[in-house]
Amino acid sequence: MTRLTSCLMAAAIGLPFLGTAASATQLTVYTAVESDDLQKYAQRFNEAHPEIEIRWVRDSTGVITARLLAEKDNPQADVIWGLAATSLLILEEEGLLERYAPAGVEKLDTKFVDPAYSRDGKDPSWVGMDAWVAAICYNTVEGARQGVPQPTSWEDLTKPEYRGHVIMPNPSSSGTGYLDVAGWVRLWGEEKAWDYMDRLHANISRYTHSGSAPCNLAASGETVVGVSFAFRAARLKSQGAPIEIVFPEEGLGWDMEAAAIVTGTGKAEAARTLMDWAVTREANELYNEGYAVVAYPGVAKPIENYPTDIVERMIDADFQWAALNRERVLEEWQKRYDGKTE
Amino acid sequence: MRAIHQSLLVPSVSAEGVLRLVALLLGVAFLALGLLLPLATMLLKSLQDRSGDFVGLANFARYFQTPALAGSIANSLTVALITTVIVVGLAFLCAYGITRTRMPGKRFFRMLAILPILAPSLLPAISMVYLFGNQGWFRDWLMGQSIYGPIGIVMGMSFWIFPHALMILTTALSNSDARLYEAAEALGTPKWRSFFTITLPAARYGLISCAFVVFTLAITDFGVPKIIGGQYNVLATDVYRQVVGQQNFQMGAVVSVILLIPAVISFIVDRLVQRRQVAQLSARAVPWQPAPNPVRDWTFTILCYGVGGIILVVIGTAIYASLVRFWPYNLSLTLTHYAFQGLAGSGWEAWTNSLRMAAAVALVGTLVVFVNAWLIEKSGGYRPLRQGLHFMAMLPMAVPGMVLGLAYIFYFNQPGNPLNWLYGTLAILVLNTLVHYYTVCHLTSITALKQLDPEFESVGASLKVPFWTTFRRVTLPVSLPAVLDISVYLFVNAMTTVSGVVFLYSTDTRLASVAIMHLDEAGYFASAAAMAVLIFFTSLVVKLLHAALTYALLTKAQRWRNAG
Repeated sequence: MTRLTSCLMAAAIGLPFLGTAASATQLTVYTAVESDDLQKYAQRFNEAHPEIEIRWVRDSTGVITARLLAEKDNPQADVIWGLAATSLLILEEEGLLERYAPAGVEKLDTKFVDPAYSRDGKDPSWVGMDAWVAAICYNTVEGARQGVPQPTSWEDLTKPEYRGHVIMPNPSSSGTGYLDVAGWVRLWGEEKAWDYMDRLHANISRYTHSGSAPCNLAASGETVVGVSFAFRAARLKSQGAPIEIVFPEEGLGWDMEAAAIVTGTGKAEAARTLMDWAVTREANELYNEGYAVVAYPGVAKPIENYPTDIVERMIDADFQWAALNRERVLEEWQKRYDGKTE
Repeated sequence: MRAIHQSLLVPSVSAEGVLRLVALLLGVAFLALGLLLPLATMLLKSLQDRSGDFVGLANFARYFQTPALAGSIANSLTVALITTVIVVGLAFLCAYGITRTRMPGKRFFRMLAILPILAPSLLPAISMVYLFGNQGWFRDWLMGQSIYGPIGIVMGMSFWIFPHALMILTTALSNSDARLYEAAEALGTPKWRSFFTITLPAARYGLISCAFVVFTLAITDFGVPKIIGGQYNVLATDVYRQVVGQQNFQMGAVVSVILLIPAVISFIVDRLVQRRQVAQLSARAVPWQPAPNPVRDWTFTILCYGVGGIILVVIGTAIYASLVRFWPYNLSLTLTHYAFQGLAGSGWEAWTNSLRMAAAVALVGTLVVFVNAWLIEKSGGYRPLRQGLHFMAMLPMAVPGMVLGLAYIFYFNQPGNPLNWLYGTLAILVLNTLVHYYTVCHLTSITALKQLDPEFESVGASLKVPFWTTFRRVTLPVSLPAVLDISVYLFVNAMTTVSGVVFLYSTDTRLASVAIMHLDEAGYFASAAAMAVLIFFTSLVVKLLHAALTYALLTKAQRWRNAG
């Protein structure tokens, strides 16, 4: 106990002073990047640009999106770094994004850049970073103990033996939740997708705020099956969680993390510096530490616990549809299932 | 008549009089800015649409037409009522054990029983997951029911509300008149009968008041249902989801108004009851001393220490949870969760923010509350103004933290408000927390000041000593124990509160209690437990310092108290 106390004391005294760096420009950056990586992102960026300090505002995709929309008349963010492309398309529609072509954007895979850039020759209003992909976390220990078999498909999750054993993110707050919903619609058409979700809903024990939480809950055995995304699943498995990562055979919904400058920022120069860096090879190598598919061609190396054929398994996602229909789909979703949300 | 009239209008034209008036007006302005104007703005918002046009009760109509929203009313009432029954019942038994039996170790039990107050309400909720979750040690006790939902909410709330109820009921049961019991015994009345005819009636106001306090705390609590509510929505979590999750501020305001109703009702009932309680105990009453009774004494000892044991288990579980590397599959112990990776390393920053905020609330708050109470209780003249200030000081009790927090967004975030600069600073968190917990401090101050002979002021005045000198040299030193009580109460609550500040923090001012919630949302359950434990020990240290200081004061500086 005394050692613990002294460690705590040392940490308490030491840590508060580490964070305070005397620096020049402060950029307020809104993000939905997984919080355990935020520090790393800022550090890598600061290695190249120590003169800019990043103030993160981090929450789940839906919350950050709602916040940006609510602050429309009085934007608080300078840059968005790491938010679903689906959300950025909505923000673009609202005129919240400033067009800017980061130095070197032409090197990126065109699928990862605002289509207006290659199509109309305009400056892009957003640039992609990486793809984040749906995955199911299955706890092998709990599965064996409770007699719940490992699923192989989305359809499996609606079988009676999964009743009460499935947790998924709430699509209103979680980008992962929404890419699942949008993915099912893309796979099966809207009517069948709702029918699927009705049947899935019967087996869901609850909907969580974030996309990571279901996998975390599966990793700690609180649930057997957590509908989540590959990044979190792979990371938890590396940390020793007794989980198998299932990539459902019907195909994987996905969304793109992207970056953009917020219109009317008073710190345009610093914002552009950050955007320039966000498309560099180094930045893409950084994204690749967690995500198997990144915007810069030839950078991606295979990641532990990811399947090698992940690109083939990703569905032909329609971000335009997902963005245009987001409000309507979420409203319908809430009407049908909102009793089971935390 | 003319004299009264004159004293009302022109109390005294001296510099002192002007100063008092200014101080009183400042007190009124403080509560108007910190409470009334924000609340009024929020009420107005609930009647407007997104673009700010007046739409009457349309928002409320939409609320009641949306089953997912309106269903929360029944949910909130259910968990609050069950919690009230459990907590009042248990607290009554334990208070009875403390006041009416000769069970050993009463002081130790009272110390144990106070512990839950030092933790944020998120802590018991986290512990419940480890105790009764799917991997919990006692999950079989739930017989297949899930802890995520009403069961978990009721258990978590009961834990942290219990001390509040115990304090009220211990006070209520200590007012006993031995003469009544002696008479009953002489008349051959059975023990159970004197319990129902003497004990219960004497404590009835305390019981009613306690029930309403518990009910209000339960229906307005946000931390417990947020962590462990699962699919079970309650009003407090609805406000949060509407405002933060969907940025639907109008609907947030509607839910807040609905949450305000039960709190206001129980506030009014409590006030009415308090008013009647005043003349309960006659001056000639003789305190009743329990005679030894082994069966009764041991029964209550086991009961009370059972409750104390549960409290220790819940806190111990949270500590354990914060130290286990990867629960439940790797039970080796580690301190890594105290690095708060899930907060991008800013966990300790959140903790220092909380410390700074709590210290500021304790310092500023004690000063403001005590001076205001003194102006109301001890200064002459300006009677309507003083009554008005007293009334305003009572109101915060009826306003749930979530409601006050949302009201602050509406009021302070208006572009035209000259106080707009406060938004996003630590100062607004201090103001919000101080106003949120104002009433209890106010009542403590008034009680302490009432104990002082008004002669001090008149003697001071006749000796031509300015009132601030009397205040500084007599009133303040004599009331020091109460002042210390207030400051530690404010500090601990500022450390643990989450409901009011959850809408008001910014990136630079995130608090430890809010961080617990974020860690839990993102799935860092062990780190969330670690932060809750950190807050608990911080409050504990402060509380112990306070106890030591009070002890020293009472034995040294306050000898006069025992002299009579």
